[in-house]
Amino acid sequence: MVASSSSLKLQDLIQEIREAKTQAQEREVIQKECAHIRASFRDGDPLHRHRQLAKLLYVHLLGYPAHFGQMECLKLIASPRFTDKRVGYLGAMLLLDERQDAHLLITNSIKTDLSQGIQAVQGLALCTLSATGSAEMCRDLATEVEKLLLQPSAYVRKKAVLTAVHMIRKVPELSDIFLPPCAQLLHEHHHGILLGTITLITELCERSPAALKHFRKMVPQLVHILRTLVTTGYSKEHSISGVSDPFLQVQILRLLRILGRNHEESSETMNDLLAQVATNTDTSRNAGNAVLFETVLTIMDIRSAAGLRVLAVNILGRFLLNTDRNIRYVALTSLLRLVQSDHSAVQRHRPTVVECLREPDGSLSRRALELSLALVNSSNVQAMIQELQGFLESCPPDLQADCASGILLAAERFAPTKRWHIDTTLRVLTTAGTHVRDDAVASLTQLIGGAQELHAYSVRRLYSALAEDLSQQPLVQAATWCIGEYGDLLLEGSCEETEPLQVEEEEVLALLERVLQSHMSLPATRGYALTALVKLSTRLRGDNNRIRQVVSIYRSCLDVELQQRAVEYNTLFQKYDHVRAAILEKIPLVERGGSQVDEEAKESKETAQLSEAAPVPTEPQASKLLDLLDLLDGPSGDAQHPRPLDPTPGSALIHLLNLPCAPPPPAPIPNLKVFEREGLQLDLSFVRPPGTPTLLLITVTATNTSGGDVTHFICQAAVPKSFQLQLQAPSGDTVPAQGGLPMTQLLRILNPKKAPLRLKLRLTYNHFGQSVQEIFEVNNLPVEAWQ
Amino acid sequence: MIKAILIFNNHGKPRLSKFYQPYSEDTQQQIIRETFHLVSKRDENVCNFLEGGLLIGGSDNKLIYRHYATLYFVFCVDSSESELGILDLIQVFVETLDKCFENVCELDLIFHVDKVHNILAEMVMGGMVLETNMNEIVTQIEAQNKLEKSETFIFQSPRQDR
Repeated sequence: MVASSSSLKLQDLIQEIREAKTQAQEREVIQKECAHIRASFRDGDPLHRHRQLAKLLYVHLLGYPAHFGQMECLKLIASPRFTDKRVGYLGAMLLLDERQDAHLLITNSIKTDLSQGIQAVQGLALCTLSATGSAEMCRDLATEVEKLLLQPSAYVRKKAVLTAVHMIRKVPELSDIFLPPCAQLLHEHHHGILLGTITLITELCERSPAALKHFRKMVPQLVHILRTLVTTGYSKEHSISGVSDPFLQVQILRLLRILGRNHEESSETMNDLLAQVATNTDTSRNAGNAVLFETVLTIMDIRSAAGLRVLAVNILGRFLLNTDRNIRYVALTSLLRLVQSDHSAVQRHRPTVVECLREPDGSLSRRALELSLALVNSSNVQAMIQELQGFLESCPPDLQADCASGILLAAERFAPTKRWHIDTTLRVLTTAGTHVRDDAVASLTQLIGGAQELHAYSVRRLYSALAEDLSQQPLVQAATWCIGEYGDLLLEGSCEETEPLQVEEEEVLALLERVLQSHMSLPATRGYALTALVKLSTRLRGDNNRIRQVVSIYRSCLDVELQQRAVEYNTLFQKYDHVRAAILEKIPLVERGGSQVDEEAKESKETAQLSEAAPVPTEPQASKLLDLLDLLDGPSGDAQHPRPLDPTPGSALIHLLNLPCAPPPPAPIPNLKVFEREGLQLDLSFVRPPGTPTLLLITVTATNTSGGDVTHFICQAAVPKSFQLQLQAPSGDTVPAQGGLPMTQLLRILNPKKAPLRLKLRLTYNHFGQSVQEIFEVNNLPVEAWQ
Repeated sequence: MIKAILIFNNHGKPRLSKFYQPYSEDTQQQIIRETFHLVSKRDENVCNFLEGGLLIGGSDNKLIYRHYATLYFVFCVDSSESELGILDLIQVFVETLDKCFENVCELDLIFHVDKVHNILAEMVMGGMVLETNMNEIVTQIEAQNKLEKSETFIFQSPRQDR
């Protein structure tokens, strides 16, 4: 039967798609055509099946779904016609990777084609097998492929060899089957087979030391093959820009590298040839350079003669000065590989490497950065860091983080003096403060703390830096800490190493207050500032009224962490004034590797509790719950859990009363029923306290009208990242049956960005002897909740 | 190993995409978009190598690309491949396309994307380089095309008898 006339030929379909003026039009054309294709597949028209699949593969390229063609691929592969098989195998490679259920079904067809098909068909089967063959398929078909290694047709043999490589990758035990034929295959003249064989041997050697030993015997033969390639005159067949089959040469060189590594005898055998290639290769074209680079890498990796190594590194050095940027890139990459093993040789090229930092090309400057950092040692550290600091000031943003942390690491390892170290860290924080790692502040405070002679110097420099710029958070944090600790040194006396600085007490307090109030300050930074202010109350000579006032204000701050601190400090001023001086003494030096501080920093950047030395109670439950709540995906929310309190309802209520938050006033926002199952019902009621427009209080009420109690009830919530969520402890974990006392739980949501509210709830409970888990997103949230 | 071969035009429209590792359809499209984004930002006179994007495997992988008129040819490879060698491979690929299509242009790739796949399959198999001799490849392709033509011919005969 002729295909329905409204179905298009491939070329016509492509033409129609191209004529579509908008994305919507294109979608329409494609959807219409896919409907035809689906109908045609259903009707089972074998004549035009390949054409339909070809069209489907085209729309698949453009990103449209094509999974309904998977079974058609199988039918086409099974057809006797080459035309069908060609499209069918292509479709299998594009649509039927090993995660699809239908994947295994092609095994039989491949087996048949491998053993009985004509050359071209065998080629198709091998191609598909090497592209998508799963471990199971490889096991099934290994013997078939092994047979094909001895086939008369060179075309089939070369494909079979590469398929063997894939099979070994999937099923390493198959190495045993494919190792023996290699020796014979190496005698081939056909370059395609040779290329595949070298690849196969390389794969075998990388996987097994025994294979490595076995193939070392073939080094002389490999050397011979390479020598023939290199010395043969111009042969049109395989040459690229006058170099005979550079691909094969590169593969052989790579294999020689693996065989010669740590093996004197093999290295000896290849020495002369490598020298010959290194000196005689034509470097005017890319192909020659490719071979030369590979040679250099091989020379450096095996046990080569000293003279040869020098030659190799010099070649790389020369390439660093080449005008072709590709060459320079590869040179930098190669030098990076050598910097560990041949450090002094690479050091000689340091000036050129540093020059490459100034490259406008992002790929090159990135490589130069990595290499420069690797070349820093104790003798050149000051000059190198100087260069790197210059680079940091002007480099593209994606490199700033790496550069900053690289400089800090290098400074830590090689700093000649503590003062230089502090200066360097300070400069990095000023230039790229937002890109440094979280532990930079801790390191700096540790460093300053340990350098008593530099306290005055540090505090003055940090004070000046802070006065200029409040935006770089790590700098602000370090500076406020320092001012808090050593504020007395800031005000009195002079420090010879910095310019004379006259600072009044009031100025210092004013600066700290600015930090507290600045909208650029993170909550953690504010914490630092508040603590610094309190410490100054014992360090400054004036009265503490101003400080007390500020601390007092923050007792009603919305941020709970700050609130808590402020309340505590206030208590320190009032009830415990007699011990205040003792508590606020200078901190003794913290031991490095303070795990508390580091772990906190890693866990949550936003609410980083970077306290100085006082251990903060870690919350292991937090991370476990967060793992559980990974199920709450979608608008990836910051899932929170109720504060770790006593589980008895009584104490939970008391805690609620202790918190200075006003009881929610009656609100006009309508309640929302969000969940109902077998008598258990969940309602949400919303309150927007009038004074705080970004705050929303949701009360979750669970009622149970069924005949059985609901026990072990836990409700968890998740919101999008821009929100802050706190769950307070529920009134209980049992919802009694027959309309007993409902369970309530309060959610506090801060919405600073006034974004539309999205809320996901996760319930787990036991009901009627079954454990239930429900996860759902709350729909129909009233807009008054967030607008 | 070659992880993926992508061809797209100056506006990011994909003309060929071949992945040698299993990725879901969505991920494949994302990779194409991300690669286009990275490659199109490059100036004309910088090197042809880019560190890979986040999607296609992270820091061990590189993007090696060449820009021909309206098309970008991008090979995503891991560290076991020779960068300069891949550059030559792209050139051989393009020259082979040129031979098979006679002065190939973007339109040829658009309307005959299945043929481009067939040619590529003769050069790169399972992520490894199979054959780089242009003549061998072209000979094989021509033999296969002849095979296809002969089949359609056979099929049409019975209908003519009606």
